[in-house]
Amino acid sequence: MKEREPNRKTLLEAKNIVKVFGSGAYQVKPLKGVNLKLYAGELTLLMGPSGSGKTTLLSILGCILSPTEGELVVAGNSTAGLDAEGLAKIRRRHVGFVFQGYNLFPTMTASENVMLALDVRAAPVVDPPKHAVAALTAVGLAHRAAAFPSKLSGGEKQRVALARALAGRPSVILADEPTAALDAENGRAVMALLAEVAKDPNRAVLAVTHDHRTIPYADRIIRIEDGIISSEERPQKDGSPPAAHDDHHHEPQPIATPSVTTEPATTQPTGSDKSLRGRFRIRRHA
Amino acid sequence: MQAQAADTGALLAAENAKGKPKIVRMAGKLAYRNLFHDRLSLVVTLTGIVFSVVLVAVQCGLYIGSETMIAAMLDHSKGDLWVVPFGTKSFDDPSFLIGHEKYAALSTPGIAGAEDLVVGFAGWRKPNGGTTAVLLIGSDHQNGSLKPWNITQGSIPELAEPFAVAADDTYFADLGIDKLGDIAEINNTRVRVGAVTHGIRSFTTLPYVFTSLQRARQLLDAANTQASYTLVRLSPDANLESVRADLTDRLKDREILTQREFRSRSVDYWLFQTGAGSALIAGAALGMIVGVVIVAQTLYSSTKDHLNEFATLRALGASAGYIHKVILIQAIMSAFLGYGIGMILSMIIIWATKGTTLLIIMTPGLALLLFALTLGMCIIAAISAIFKVTRIDPAGVFSR
Repeated sequence: MKEREPNRKTLLEAKNIVKVFGSGAYQVKPLKGVNLKLYAGELTLLMGPSGSGKTTLLSILGCILSPTEGELVVAGNSTAGLDAEGLAKIRRRHVGFVFQGYNLFPTMTASENVMLALDVRAAPVVDPPKHAVAALTAVGLAHRAAAFPSKLSGGEKQRVALARALAGRPSVILADEPTAALDAENGRAVMALLAEVAKDPNRAVLAVTHDHRTIPYADRIIRIEDGIISSEERPQKDGSPPAAHDDHHHEPQPIATPSVTTEPATTQPTGSDKSLRGRFRIRRHA
Repeated sequence: MQAQAADTGALLAAENAKGKPKIVRMAGKLAYRNLFHDRLSLVVTLTGIVFSVVLVAVQCGLYIGSETMIAAMLDHSKGDLWVVPFGTKSFDDPSFLIGHEKYAALSTPGIAGAEDLVVGFAGWRKPNGGTTAVLLIGSDHQNGSLKPWNITQGSIPELAEPFAVAADDTYFADLGIDKLGDIAEINNTRVRVGAVTHGIRSFTTLPYVFTSLQRARQLLDAANTQASYTLVRLSPDANLESVRADLTDRLKDREILTQREFRSRSVDYWLFQTGAGSALIAGAALGMIVGVVIVAQTLYSSTKDHLNEFATLRALGASAGYIHKVILIQAIMSAFLGYGIGMILSMIIIWATKGTTLLIIMTPGLALLLFALTLGMCIIAAISAIFKVTRIDPAGVFSR
């Protein structure tokens, strides 16, 4: 089901993307003409069965792979004809990644991991350590700034990865199976954070996922099958049928899942809420 | 109040509004952490570099030491031109000139002074029995330029006494003596140790024994007008080449060499014609090659160990240059560490060989050269690792 375009800024547009690997009898065509847009202020889920082309599409949207055919425009920049260094430049300026396996640098602390991303992006900041802590604060991990990844839980690692992606203030954040390696509680916390950061009117978030528990957090769900987009919908978060178009945000309110508010925390979070100190706090809905 | 858009960008922007932004520098820290993360790998890398530095330092130090020993007599004499027997290969390969060269030189325009040197092999009979060969050097200790130096016991005037000689304490064991005043025989003539020097070592391993010009002629059966070499000093306004041409005309069947030419001929003969220097240089080159191989191997495996991290960096948008920089910084840090440890060990070796006949010299120039070589070695070794990361597929970060 194709929906009407919302009245929002398009931060990423894929036009008729085709990707072919190999040649002759060994030729594989994981993408067969994908058209997709990511809008500012939205969390989009890309779902599909194994082998449907999700990862290849994510690699192309993240400017890691070049499409065989079609065009990709990221934050107004076409990637057509760019070499590996040109694509890397687009990535460091406009794209942030959150990986399934976190991909943190084990020899660096949480804040150093964030600062490393700033260095890679050559993003000038006033006080790098403070900036890194600010990014960690945004994901509720300021208190773990000096911890090495080996001392962090899976959920904490993923939030550091999200802070790393946020630190460079990218236009687009691409998350690859962000909850796959997490237990239910941490998975919910990470999705709540992704939904929260997607509310930035200058940012779009795309998460590739198999996890149906992530659906309540999505503003839009795109399904891919056999290399083509099979459906695109906007789930109604109040339980009503999906709308063809919705310009408004709905706070995800899944049963027994956390939602995130930006109300200033009035008391110190405890227990599982500890992970989202300061700027965000988790609210459980019974 | 719920569902307001999170403004992390504003939070980060607020941080940035507080002063002048600057670029974050983390490549060095990442390289440092990668290097020290795997201690065993670091130890292997440093072992390779240290082995290489020590080997090259000792070989080059021996080379410089050999050159110093070969040219010691030339470097301690002051002259502009040397009259030497035709075909002389080095200072330590003496024969006698025909004779009267000093007077022929003194009658040549542009020459301010000339002195004879008598140099020859002689048999030294030890006080307690046994003989060894020595290189006897006879010179004018009053007016000449070549005299024993680094005298630790006795004095130059004591060498004027009949049959007095100066010997170096480095060779006391070889000469069978142990103090000033000991008696021995040279070519069956009794001599007394009238002065003791320290550190005058011979490349040929034959101890140098100094005596007066007249005594040397007696001991070596030379005529009163004969010398092994005649050392000529020019007048301040004389032209070296025209004086050399005059001398060549007057002294047929001899060679007239400048100080530099004679030095170079002596060094070339012992170090290259005999192959001794080539062996030292080959040893140093081997040390470098072994160092490059070990460092390349360990740096390559360290890079392989961190390949996923480099792929992540690439995925995050790092340029190839940034990743190369991390590897090069790792190589340079290894070079600094290895060089430091290697130089300390080298200095210990040099100190330990101080009292022996082995002369290893470390000069500031050699230390600088070694540092440049170590740095170059590590950078060359980094190339294989750089090739490895150049082929990284950043898409691999999604498949794990």
